Amino acid sequence: MNWKKSFIPLVNPLSKDNPVIVQILGICSALAVTAKMEPAVVMTISVTAVLAFANVIISLMRKTIPSSIRIIVQLVVVAALVVIVDQVLKAYNYEVSKALSVFIGLIITNCIIMGRLEAFALNNRPWPAFLDGIGNGLGYGIILIIVSFFRELLGSGTIFGCQIFPDSFYQAGYMNNGLMILPPMALIVVACIIWVHRSVNKDLQEK
Amino acid sequence: MENLNLFIRSIFIDNMIFAYFLGMCSFLAVSKNVKTAFGLGVAVTFVLLIALPVSWCINEYLLKPGALSWLGKEYAETDISFLGLIMFIAVIAALVQILEMVIEKYTPALYNSLGIFLPLIAVNCAILGAVLFMQQREFSNAWTATVYGAGSGIGWLLAITCLAAIRERLDNSKVPAPLRGVGITFIITGLMGIAFMSFLGIKL
Repeated sequence: MNWKKSFIPLVNPLSKDNPVIVQILGICSALAVTAKMEPAVVMTISVTAVLAFANVIISLMRKTIPSSIRIIVQLVVVAALVVIVDQVLKAYNYEVSKALSVFIGLIITNCIIMGRLEAFALNNRPWPAFLDGIGNGLGYGIILIIVSFFRELLGSGTIFGCQIFPDSFYQAGYMNNGLMILPPMALIVVACIIWVHRSVNKDLQEK
Repeated sequence: MENLNLFIRSIFIDNMIFAYFLGMCSFLAVSKNVKTAFGLGVAVTFVLLIALPVSWCINEYLLKPGALSWLGKEYAETDISFLGLIMFIAVIAALVQILEMVIEKYTPALYNSLGIFLPLIAVNCAILGAVLFMQQREFSNAWTATVYGAGSGIGWLLAITCLAAIRERLDNSKVPAPLRGVGITFIITGLMGIAFMSFLGIKL
């Protein structure tokens, strides 16, 4: 089954080789933008787009880049793509662009992108590199969306800004957990995801 | 006085790790023992200390809308702030390259102990993050930017050294198998973040 094999770069990063919880890349932005679901979704789309195109571009140039200056070439390619994403967001979704503040710019230094460029795009043809970019972007997105789902549900009682718990709950004494909104809780939610994920995939456990 | 306030704020309250999660990748990867962690922290502080005033000048005299007016009247309207990201990352990459050469020349011992993590400072989010925050907050002069850089760097150094010390002790404790390694490090960082939040609201 040849076509099945060609989709390995797309499927693997979703769980078994997830960039956030297995490769431990791109933690910074994964934690900082997850207090609400909407910025998390926008961030996922931005990272996936930048990653896929950067992978393709670097993969096309892989034979012409001298290895001594490859980091700088990669940074310039990624920075150019991020500038485009930043300008598009400012034009079409200014509110979210404000909420993400510097984190769009920080996609440049997102370790997932540098990591995938180094590990995959430099040694593979453009099409697998493109699939790898999409796969890793989505793998990153899954974690972002799970974390932001719990943080927004428990912290603000909403999903995408719509109220979930009826008012009668609040009258009966239910309170939103303000702690979930605070940054440190993102780390603990991710740790719980790692816990569940590694209990299922025993081969990933350390020692 | 204001600068002192900013300095204390950027170390404890707006800590790069615990408040913004910047520089997490190397933070998690290099915090296995205190000595290397401390060395990396010093290097990051040093890069921040130089990168911030340099990029403040770039932002002020090249990038801001109307910043090019010193070139002549016809440039007074020019706005090239969209080039900011590329300029800043280029400055940081160049600085790290220079720092690497200087350290290799004058203190080979430190150079060897840092190894691969020295060039990786270029893609440490804490540095680009601090530069972008500096741009966003519109500091009024280069001195304020330097103070902010020093504060953020020392905050990062403090965080990574503390975590490395805890992780050294952790080797002797019983952790549930799925949490070993990364998982428990995340939880510890989260708890440390909650502890650092007790500094909120301190004013000088």
